[in-house]
Amino acid sequence: MRALGTFFDRSIRAAWWALRQWSGDAAYENYLRSVARKAPAAGAPLLSQAEFYRQGLERKYSQVSRCC
Amino acid sequence: MKKLLKVLLWVAIALAGAGALAAIAFERGEPLNATWFIVAAVCTYLVAYRFYSAFLAARILALDSSRATPAERLDDGRDFVPTNKWVVLGHHFAAIAGPGPLVGPTLAAQFGYLPGTLWIIVGAVLGGCVQDFVILFCSIRRDGRSLGQMARDEVSRRGGMIALLAVLAIMVILLASVGLVIVNALKASPWGTFTLAMTIPIALLMGFYMRYWRPGRVLEATAIGVALVLFAVVAGQWVNASPGWARVFTLSAPALALAIIVYGYAASALPVWLLLAPRDYLSAFIKVGAVWALAAGILLVRPTIQMPALTRFVDGTGPVFAGKIFPFCFIFIACGAVSGFHSLISSGTTPKMITREGHARLVGYGSMLMESFVAVMAVVAACALSPGVYFAINSPAAIVGQSAEAAAPTITSWGYPLQASTMHELARQVGEQTLLNRTGGAPSLAVGMAHIFSRTLGGDRLLGIWYHFAIMFEALFILTVLDAGTRVGRFMVQELLAHVWKPLGRTGWYPGILFNSAVIVAAWGYFLYQGVIDPLGGFNSLWPMFGIANQLLAAVALVVATTILLKMGRLRWLWVTLVPMVWLVTVTMTASFQKIFHPDPRIGFLAGARRLAAGLASGAIPAAKAAATHRLIFNQRLNAAVTAVLAGMVLVLVVEALYEWYRILSSRAAPVLHEAPYVVTRWAEGD
Repeated sequence: MRALGTFFDRSIRAAWWALRQWSGDAAYENYLRSVARKAPAAGAPLLSQAEFYRQGLERKYSQVSRCC
Repeated sequence: MKKLLKVLLWVAIALAGAGALAAIAFERGEPLNATWFIVAAVCTYLVAYRFYSAFLAARILALDSSRATPAERLDDGRDFVPTNKWVVLGHHFAAIAGPGPLVGPTLAAQFGYLPGTLWIIVGAVLGGCVQDFVILFCSIRRDGRSLGQMARDEVSRRGGMIALLAVLAIMVILLASVGLVIVNALKASPWGTFTLAMTIPIALLMGFYMRYWRPGRVLEATAIGVALVLFAVVAGQWVNASPGWARVFTLSAPALALAIIVYGYAASALPVWLLLAPRDYLSAFIKVGAVWALAAGILLVRPTIQMPALTRFVDGTGPVFAGKIFPFCFIFIACGAVSGFHSLISSGTTPKMITREGHARLVGYGSMLMESFVAVMAVVAACALSPGVYFAINSPAAIVGQSAEAAAPTITSWGYPLQASTMHELARQVGEQTLLNRTGGAPSLAVGMAHIFSRTLGGDRLLGIWYHFAIMFEALFILTVLDAGTRVGRFMVQELLAHVWKPLGRTGWYPGILFNSAVIVAAWGYFLYQGVIDPLGGFNSLWPMFGIANQLLAAVALVVATTILLKMGRLRWLWVTLVPMVWLVTVTMTASFQKIFHPDPRIGFLAGARRLAAGLASGAIPAAKAAATHRLIFNQRLNAAVTAVLAGMVLVLVVEALYEWYRILSSRAAPVLHEAPYVVTRWAEGD
């Protein structure tokens, strides 16, 4: 029974994680992690979440992002 | 022992697939269950994925997971982001799957279920998936370069220019065609129009939420948005029931077309965060959700296919569109089998997210299999309707008349029995005034989906809500294609017009933005309006032009892929991309030729123009209609010219490529690949 509980718990966590990754909800966290990975002294100033979101949209919708 | 079990399992899957395909192809007389379609498709996909894509990955492309991908080398946390392969699969699928795989197969169902189904399955496995996969691979090896850049680098400068023009041409015709789908679905439909109109304030609300109140909280905003949209679907029936409100939302086809044109202009010129992006989030969720729901519904209900395998319209006299199976079935069904447009996504955002080269197989080949499955479901939903109802919904007024009383005897005389009362009852059940003359795929698919859903949940009582849910779902992501496409088109116009007058190329200059948006909207708006006033129903001319343009882009992609394979020294295996390319060039050339020169005025644009001109000259067309007829004649000639330009571009490209291949094969030119140099990955083996 406990094994089943753990299984469900894991599945739901995995699904939630995948949903956040897919939808773009986790994009800012990924960005922070990426910046941290590459040593903080890399140059460009860190973007705020609002600015990161706005710039991301601008770039995404300047190229073909949706198909027929 | 384990190996033997595996072999037996794959033999069983292959046999099940072959058996189901045989059942579909040879079953005559007895009604066929939709389960056969699902089994045939899924087993073929499994076998193709397991063996053919593995062969492509290992022998042709030699995917190398020790090689660092652009996502690893250029990781900036923004565009280049190493991403889990299943998440990339989801991204890529949401990007490639639009209204195309739903509309095309529904229209082509007029030939019967067989031609479309076979082409969707075979075309995807041997053509579409290969194209998407190979282009994705090529782009990964080239730092995520776009198709146009690869065409310029690997084929010729002109190849790159053709790619750019092809994309612009597709954009214009695609946006007009999908706009027409919305018009035909929503004309004189207050319920549907209200629901779709409501998605605009809902998107604005989400836009403010994600921009100012809770920046970047996509899931929260989308959850609110989806709930509101579902409420708008339900609320639509109250609007429909109130005479005053119903009048406000009852729009004629030309009025709807104008509304869509104004909307497209606004969405392109406004900041993206306000309208475009939130609508895109909304539509991505509802799209993926509805596709899963449709799959579950078909499996639960297992509807009976009522359409015959082949109808009498294989002779080219079809009411939905004119023309024979070859070439038009392969032109009408582009998305779902082979779609050139996908190569833009495969060489756009996706290659920048791939963590390992090995993932390209799942993402490139696998997601196209999923889209092909969506197209098979569209065939099932359309063919589960009784053929009489299918033809009543999809035939233009000029052929079957405007009332059920007029349409029923005509359609019955074709051998597909239909009673006028059936159409009245169906319209009443789904909460519409009429379902006649709604060419475009959305309404017949929605009736099919509503039947499937209501048999799973709610029964006939909920038929109206399910129908309008399905209409909203299609219209929603069509609007997303429309506004995202208009914006990208605006940037292309900007790039082109900058050569004419420099300031128009400036990105942030507002008069430039307004002007460039107006140019692109005027272009597709013109074709949309032309489709709306076309007495033969605009699909007869617009959708083939879209198919030709789309397959033209597929030909560009496959020419690039073949050239790269040739340079990689895969001469023996060149057929992998060469055969689909030759097929597509043959199909597009034949279709273009017929659309321009065919003597049947319903097929050939020039013959259509001649007939109208003759009607004017002989006085058969009253003088009061002279101005309108002159416009129709002009439109037919314009369409012929556009088709000729598209076909001409294919020819130029093929000649360029043949010359390049000849130079390589005869050692007159060195086979220089423009790949990024090999860098070993810093990550450990495995995922």
